[in-house]
Amino acid sequence: MAALGVATGGGDWFSALALGVTLLKCLLIPTYHSTDFEVHRNWLAITHSLPISQWYYEATSEWTLDYPPFFAWFEYALSHVAKYFDQEMLNVRNLNYSSSRTLLFQRFSVIFTDTLFVYAVHECCKCIDGKKAGRELTEKPKFILSVLLLWNFGLLIVDHIHFQYNGFLSGLMLLSIARLFQKRHKEGAFLFAVLLHFKHIYLYVAPAYGVYLLRSYCFTANKPDGSIRWNSFSFLRLISLGLIVFLVSALSLGPFLALNQLPQVFSRLFPFKRGLCHAYWAPNFWALYSALDKVLSIIGLELKFLDPSKIPKASMTSGLVQQFQHTVLPSVTPLATLICTLIAILGPEAFSDV
Amino acid sequence: MEKCYLMTAVVLLGLTVRWTVSLNSYSGAGKPPMFGDYEAQRHWQEITINLPIKQWYFNGSDNNLQYWGLDYPPLTAYHSLLCAYVAKFINPDWIALHTSRGYESQAHKLFMRATVLIADLLIYIPAVVLYCCCLKEISTKKKIANALCILLYPGLILIDYGHFQYNSVSLGFALWGVLGVSYDWDLLGSLAFCLAINYKQMELYHSLPFFCFLLGKCFKKGLKGKGFVLLIKLACTVVASFILCWLPFFTEREQTLQVLRRLFPVDRGLFEDKVANIWCTFSVFLKIRDILPHHIQIMISFCFTFLSLLPTCIKLTLHPSPKGFKFTLVSCALSFFLFSFQVHEKSILLVSLPVCLVLREIPFMSTWFLLVSTFSMLPLLLKDELLMPSVVTVMAFFIACATSFSIFEKTSEEELQLKSFSISVRKYFPCFTFFPRIIRHLFLISVMTMVLLTLMTVTLDPPQKLPDLFSVLVCFVSCLNFLFFLVYFNIIIMWDSKNGRNQKKIN
Repeated sequence: MAALGVATGGGDWFSALALGVTLLKCLLIPTYHSTDFEVHRNWLAITHSLPISQWYYEATSEWTLDYPPFFAWFEYALSHVAKYFDQEMLNVRNLNYSSSRTLLFQRFSVIFTDTLFVYAVHECCKCIDGKKAGRELTEKPKFILSVLLLWNFGLLIVDHIHFQYNGFLSGLMLLSIARLFQKRHKEGAFLFAVLLHFKHIYLYVAPAYGVYLLRSYCFTANKPDGSIRWNSFSFLRLISLGLIVFLVSALSLGPFLALNQLPQVFSRLFPFKRGLCHAYWAPNFWALYSALDKVLSIIGLELKFLDPSKIPKASMTSGLVQQFQHTVLPSVTPLATLICTLIAILGPEAFSDV
Repeated sequence: MEKCYLMTAVVLLGLTVRWTVSLNSYSGAGKPPMFGDYEAQRHWQEITINLPIKQWYFNGSDNNLQYWGLDYPPLTAYHSLLCAYVAKFINPDWIALHTSRGYESQAHKLFMRATVLIADLLIYIPAVVLYCCCLKEISTKKKIANALCILLYPGLILIDYGHFQYNSVSLGFALWGVLGVSYDWDLLGSLAFCLAINYKQMELYHSLPFFCFLLGKCFKKGLKGKGFVLLIKLACTVVASFILCWLPFFTEREQTLQVLRRLFPVDRGLFEDKVANIWCTFSVFLKIRDILPHHIQIMISFCFTFLSLLPTCIKLTLHPSPKGFKFTLVSCALSFFLFSFQVHEKSILLVSLPVCLVLREIPFMSTWFLLVSTFSMLPLLLKDELLMPSVVTVMAFFIACATSFSIFEKTSEEELQLKSFSISVRKYFPCFTFFPRIIRHLFLISVMTMVLLTLMTVTLDPPQKLPDLFSVLVCFVSCLNFLFFLVYFNIIIMWDSKNGRNQKKIN
């Protein structure tokens, strides 16, 4: 009774927050789920029923495997638990199969894997110094951070309603950040490398990691005023980081390299045929660009500058995933987007002190 | 200002939990020909909008009383009429006479669930928020924690948003009544309570404490002066509100009688189905329903009910206080639940509401009671396929109470309000000092039994000869718990004045 009292006592707000949000996630089980639910069921089926050589070639369903190999292995591990819930969901031909047990299993798998996220948040809170704050619980930085991360409603909606596995992936990223804060750079690098091979979209933040590790880990000493001491560069450290990344990549892509399937894997991971904007536009620069192109084309049609017969109808706003050409403004190639991204990342750094 | 933000967050959390529970199944879903309470409410909308008032409570070719005939007072009928007007605006098929029987669709479910949410938001939730804000002698944080726990009470959420009912309306009105009467807005309080009774006649369980408290106030003010004036004013308020609600039914004697016959179906017997009260539990051993004639059953139930609530009501009349009033509400409602006629398992909500109000005074016992009250409805919840939301909301409620009130640290004699009782007991048994330990052990046993029974009911099949075994066991265990609580609440009410008197002597 005393142990229960201590566990539920006023001091352990973190457990209360974590348990509370987990219960909320359980209540979200019967909510709407998107096609991503079928995507993951399909991947469970693919990894369970087919040999590795078929994983990135299988195309019975339109939702082909387009995440890196570690995620495929993750689905493989899940499928061994799934077979106790409903064997039928592991059949590749059972498209759109969503029995109540399948739903229960999938939802619980997201809720369960979120444990990593909870652990990562706990580690992040340890990195925060909360001594300056007041005694009120709601004023403590640790409490505020925990609430913002654990009860993040965007994550709740995308993971537990729409259906995805961003929880444990974000957990991996937060954990690697926490390790970097705790000066455990090699672990942080390892965790991030692993994360990249779970979901390659985290390449978005790879440059930041690269630069940070280079500056904070490879350069072992600073000048008294905090700026870089160029001659303290440690090749050994650079090589150790490189080795970590190499070994993780080898573990992930090795089997597919041996099967000569790397080009296929990359074409699945980086599907440039899908076009500049997705079916639902992300609120980014290219959405503005495409919108401007649309407005200009309408004005052009009204003022009779453009020939209606040469313009395809509803080319970008139809909600289809496809490549298309812009009408008025120049079309954007993948290389152009890469260059723009690099300029955006490096530009501000050119004006700041190293 | 911070209090506003936190309270808003708490209310929004309560609403989120309610709405997610409402995504689940409802009573009688997909079960023709009778369906369940959901269909009953939809049917009442159909009846009230298509038929003239004079036919609402009568059997007729258009209104078959055997198929969910109206058996709540007029205010429910008016509420159904209001909902029906909205339904007609959205989709007349939902309430078309005769043809809409058993109508089920996602859109209709959304509409019905929305009506519950709106009623809750307008009546019950503001009452809870106001109640917690008006609590005295506690910090802001504790007030907000109190509101969180009350709003997370699983029983009401599961019945209103799962099974499908409108208990939040009647309980909300009753809570406004309690608020008004506790803070000396007696006329408004009694008006609110009259509205509650005119919404669901089960609120009569609360009527005696209201009556005794107000009568006690009149006595205190002196029956020859202000007290008498107050009494007259209250009587007028009550009569006026009843006349207002029943006006269309007072035109003919037969109308009024028929409504009363529908509200109080004395022909239906001592109890129906499995319910955690004395008569159902007793009938496991002795089939009193079959042995005793009807009028004797009514008499026995009447006597037991009134004998068990008389002491506390008399005490309240002689020493009216808001604290005593709340505790008497609990004990009265519990007496009615345990001993009265034709009690349904959902009537435990009428006891749960006052217990929620005393969460702050006796957090440990209140939390325990509220857990048992939700457990007692387990067979009903399982029938409606609400196992997952039940388990989740019960756990959420338990965690909220445990962290807000640190209930496991509040089990001393003083905190259980048993100090004066144990002093009296120690006059005869000097070595009796282990109340807290006994109560903690009882709590553990109770919780373990409830968890075990839940697991058994969910995983095992009952033996063929005893198909209702698990329901009966649930009722039996709940009834034992409720009897214990009846004794406990009666003790703390009756021994409360002695504590006051002793303190006066010391001073």
